[in-house]
Amino acid sequence: MTKASAVVLDRVTKRFGNVTAVDSISVDIRDGEFFSMLGASGCGKTTTLRMIAGFEYTTEGVISLGGVHVERIPAHLRNVNTVFQSYALFPHMTVNENIAFGLQMQKVNKSDITKRVAEALAMVQLTGYGERRPKQLSGGQQQRVALARALVNRPKVLLLDEPLGALDLKLRKEMQIELKRLQQEVGITFIYVTHDQEEALTMSDRIAVMHAGKMLQIGSPTEIYERPANRYVADFIGEANFLDGHVSANDGIYTIVTLASGVTLSGIAQHPMHAGAAVTIAIRPEKLRLSVQPTDQLLCLPATVERVLYIGSDTRLTVSLDNGAHLDVWEQNNRSTLDRDAYWQKGERGYVWWTPDNALIMAE
Amino acid sequence: MIDTTRPLQPPTKQPLWGRRLLTMHAWSTYVFLYAPIVLLVVFSFTKDTFGVRWTGFTLDWYIKLFNDQRMMTATFNTLWVATISTILSTILGTLLALGMERYRFRGRDGLDALLYMPIVIPEIVMALALLAFFSFSFGIIQALTGVTLRMNIWTVIVSHVAFCISFVTVVVRASLKGFDVRLEEAAADLGADTRTIFWRITLPLILPGVIGGALLAFTLSLDDFIISFFTVGPGTNLLPIEVYGRVKRAITPSINAISTIMLAVSMLLVFLSQFMQRRADER
Repeated sequence: MTKASAVVLDRVTKRFGNVTAVDSISVDIRDGEFFSMLGASGCGKTTTLRMIAGFEYTTEGVISLGGVHVERIPAHLRNVNTVFQSYALFPHMTVNENIAFGLQMQKVNKSDITKRVAEALAMVQLTGYGERRPKQLSGGQQQRVALARALVNRPKVLLLDEPLGALDLKLRKEMQIELKRLQQEVGITFIYVTHDQEEALTMSDRIAVMHAGKMLQIGSPTEIYERPANRYVADFIGEANFLDGHVSANDGIYTIVTLASGVTLSGIAQHPMHAGAAVTIAIRPEKLRLSVQPTDQLLCLPATVERVLYIGSDTRLTVSLDNGAHLDVWEQNNRSTLDRDAYWQKGERGYVWWTPDNALIMAE
Repeated sequence: MIDTTRPLQPPTKQPLWGRRLLTMHAWSTYVFLYAPIVLLVVFSFTKDTFGVRWTGFTLDWYIKLFNDQRMMTATFNTLWVATISTILSTILGTLLALGMERYRFRGRDGLDALLYMPIVIPEIVMALALLAFFSFSFGIIQALTGVTLRMNIWTVIVSHVAFCISFVTVVVRASLKGFDVRLEEAAADLGADTRTIFWRITLPLILPGVIGGALLAFTLSLDDFIISFFTVGPGTNLLPIEVYGRVKRAITPSINAISTIMLAVSMLLVFLSQFMQRRADER
């Protein structure tokens, strides 16, 4: 990578009493990157963000901002700004006063403050709202003010703690696009905390999937979705079918796995696996196909349709294999309406198949 | 939604005598509460020298009052005590409220319970305790340094601070309950140091509560008799004590007049205090 690092975390750990909230996290966030920390509540994502902001100090490890160690520097001396989930706008100040607060702290002169506040308001499309109080604004508008209040300081890094969590779905979608546009416009590094996988996938350059205080996988949205590092990530991001078995052979590109039922399947492993290792095969439901006739594919198993859920654009089927395992199959309704394979009834027999490139083999 | 399948029932009617009785009860309660006060106010304007009969309207007693040097000194002393003890107890009480609300520390629950003691213990007990405290500590000071201290206006101020702190703390804590700590974090995030955060974020937001607490402290100090009586020492005259002293001799309309003024001031302050707290709640 040619770009410089904006934030580097090196073995950062945070313990509250004997609870380890963040467990030795190391990550290098690049300048101008939109980096998301994604995970269920309690995974340590917000604590990590709060350590970068300076609201919490690290128990162990090093945080550097632009190459300077900051882990023992208080929040008000760090060149980062935060957008809070609850917005945390000062209720006793007008929108203008809210946005000007950071600049006043930096002792920027009055005429510059007026100018920059106006620019910031324009950037979030709230020109004319400067004299209002936060209470007189809608949730979406308050959210924009919080964004302007942070961005007006031109921080090196902007931290966002589930900033869209309190908005309704439609507004959230709009703000996702808006945020991404803003980030590209100002070129500031965004570190974004969310539990919403779709939000993370839509906006991020890279995502860190977090669980139990650790970053399980760091990668682009495509990498995270198409090549999940382990079962937790595969399960947390999108849907996945899992089949348990043992490695029986390696043939160069593909790894051969034998299921408990004796069926052998091949798939792709990200690391070389030795024979006999217990593994899980993960396959996304939209990568599975179902047909009446067996195909010439290597991976083609007879199955019985258990459930049919027609949802318009897709049909979501659940099929059972002869060994009793259940698989979810999502068929996109893009076939000719005359195609026999487009209609399935509960209890019908068919063949479920997929290409081995889409079968991901991961250690148990 | 209105259930249209059944005709609307008229609300159950109370019998007429029941409603009459209820109205009478309400009125008699108010008469019981306010008749003495109304009489006091009315008799502060009567021409009758004993101040117990209505013989015509006059402002003489008020004029007399303002020419009464003793009474004026007592009023001035009382206002001085109330002002100083309000300022001190407001500062200390607010800090205490902030500490209790923000920090978790060993013995916090015990301290919390102790905080309410001055509010609930009988005032006479508090007064005697303070008297004992002053004589004891003055004795020690005399033994150690040879300096003889006597009770004066400052012992009253200290005593008033001692019981007002609790009230201020309770009121300020109520306004801190709904305070979003994120606001302070947001201010720190924007580059404000601890002191700036206090003056520009925390204090402005809890100010209605602080003012409410201060007004309450002022009112309490203004009309306190028992604690003042025990801790004032000879030579200093305070209004409630002066009034008491005069009543023992004879009730004059002048007493009614000063009481009316005190009543008006207290009511105004309580009203203001309520108003500030309501504003705090709306935030």
